[in-house]
Amino acid sequence: MTGLSAPAQDFDFSGFVAGETRIFPDKAQFPGQNNSHISPSLVIQPELRYRWNGRDDRITFVPFLRLDADDENRTHVDIRELNWYRQADDWDVVLGVSKVFWGVAESRHLIDIVNQTDLVESPDQEDKLGQPMANLNLLRDWGTLSFFVLPGFRERTFPDDDARLRGALPIDDDPSYESSAEEWHVDFALRYSQTIGDWDFGLAHFYGTSREPQLIPTVDSDGNAFLRQRYDLIHQTSLDAQYTTGPWLLKLEALTRDGHDGDRFFAAVGGFEYTFFGAFESNTDLGLLAEYLHDGRDSGTPATPFEDDIFLGTRLALNDVEDTELLAGVILDLDQEERIFSVEFERRLSDNLNLEIEGQVFDNIDSNDLLSGFEDDSFVEIRLSWFF
Amino acid sequence: MRMNRKLFLKLENNKVLLAVTLVMLAAASTSAFGETPEEKGLAIAEEVDRRDLGFGDSSSLLKMELTNKQGQSSTRELRILTLEVPERAEGDKSLVVFDHPRDIEGTAFLSFTKILDPDDQWLYLPALKRVKRISSANKSGPFVGSEFAYEDLLSQEVDKYDYRWLRDEACGEAADGLACFVIERFPRYENSGYARQVTWIDQQEYRPIRIDFYDRKDSLLKTLTLSRYNQYLGQYWRADDQYMVNHQTGKTTRLTFDEWELRVGVNESDFNPNRLKRLR
Repeated sequence: MTGLSAPAQDFDFSGFVAGETRIFPDKAQFPGQNNSHISPSLVIQPELRYRWNGRDDRITFVPFLRLDADDENRTHVDIRELNWYRQADDWDVVLGVSKVFWGVAESRHLIDIVNQTDLVESPDQEDKLGQPMANLNLLRDWGTLSFFVLPGFRERTFPDDDARLRGALPIDDDPSYESSAEEWHVDFALRYSQTIGDWDFGLAHFYGTSREPQLIPTVDSDGNAFLRQRYDLIHQTSLDAQYTTGPWLLKLEALTRDGHDGDRFFAAVGGFEYTFFGAFESNTDLGLLAEYLHDGRDSGTPATPFEDDIFLGTRLALNDVEDTELLAGVILDLDQEERIFSVEFERRLSDNLNLEIEGQVFDNIDSNDLLSGFEDDSFVEIRLSWFF
Repeated sequence: MRMNRKLFLKLENNKVLLAVTLVMLAAASTSAFGETPEEKGLAIAEEVDRRDLGFGDSSSLLKMELTNKQGQSSTRELRILTLEVPERAEGDKSLVVFDHPRDIEGTAFLSFTKILDPDDQWLYLPALKRVKRISSANKSGPFVGSEFAYEDLLSQEVDKYDYRWLRDEACGEAADGLACFVIERFPRYENSGYARQVTWIDQQEYRPIRIDFYDRKDSLLKTLTLSRYNQYLGQYWRADDQYMVNHQTGKTTRLTFDEWELRVGVNESDFNPNRLKRLR
């Protein structure tokens, strides 16, 4: 940024180290699955930034390492970011590994497709793997146009066969691809976004390897059932929009996707967030959230539990010195009456220390349902992060 | 006119000049008394605004020290960028980027101030790389746990308030020796936490010296004192110290500004919501 009394060049080193533990109150569901109730883990994510040319040029390096006591797949290394960024007045460009987020909804990140989900991090699918890209953004009066060339596909991470939250069947780690180029297929994406008055919206198209694999039941020569990953080539067109008025946020994400074995389908998540500012005669903001989730995909498509669901949630922000925040919600399946409860709590303990508590409860899960493998994997995660 | 006492005393040595001055003062008073306290209040606010016109843009580093009743304090460091929007019917654009504490480093807050309509505001959360359009209806909410409400920090536009001149008096401790206009202002925009504010404006340079904030029940809530003013580009005054005391809770927030820079040529595109993720 030109205006921040920026030195000609500067170097910045920061990041965090976190110790965390998951607590599973229930015994594991499947034989061979790790039965420990307490599962500790250690995360390190340093961030290095080198900027020059009055901050118009930057190199960012963010490696990530997790050491997990129980899940071999969760013990992993990733490069979250390693890129060169160059900005000018009305354009910028990113070359290298980076992360991009698209979307507005809270309950499901439906249209967010550039980066692969790092599923071993959390079943909420909010953690992402670094994605190699060449990205050009044109920032004009008529909106922002973003072009992405995405060489090099990242496979989704899945918990190990003997780990918690693995699902009903083990997932094989030797995926197949529709493209003969396999994981080297070059994907493309284009996004147009603009703010007009109280509306913020984005229109995007993606062509390339689906970030979601089909999980195909297979039996090996010893008669053991497992799931084989298959990544199809897809076309996905999406819209994300938010209308902001007074204390209301109205949100919609919608997509149509083609390219799996099943038919082209439509999916959407939409709803609202309403905030009572200064609730209870205090500085607290109390938000109420409701979203409806629809997904019209059929068989021959990566399965989803969110075909006809409602999300109800509440967000509490105390607006105190410690930035105490709580987000609690439930996703209710309208057809099968399954419930997924989730809670996220965050509070700063000191200048460098942060406490997060997360919980997920899988409740009333039908034994034939996609989520049946998670029935006994309800958990609470406590995380202490030290920022440097 | 008590504010001119110093000037008055100086002139006493010169009787002729004094006589002339008295005549001029009388003339000035007549016109001053010709206008209503509302007109006079507005005229002062317009002069404050006029003197600050043309700064173009500004950037500053600031330290925010939050202290509670027990004396425990914590610190935040942030950068504030302002882009002047010269049209009177539109407000300025402001950008805040957090550097400290580390867990919120890179968090950015962007606001396009409007006059009476709700501001447009966005928040960037680095952990998710997510830019969120947020509701600006929380004008009276505390900014990052401080004693400053959003409406205290965002750009002050003339037409956001109705005014009434109350009196002229010495500015007090914060600006020793200076004379002040004391004017009342009443928020015209929705969702303000205040029934009114009483502001002390120094008569020489038209700088705000002190603001008393009255809550919706019209009880004294907070006092902001602005001091350590420096002049930039030979015209524009900026306070290096802004101290807010909450009389009802005993909490205080001190803003210490460092490195004010004006007309540095910030780019309009720095204020694009799509650039929020690139401020670190």
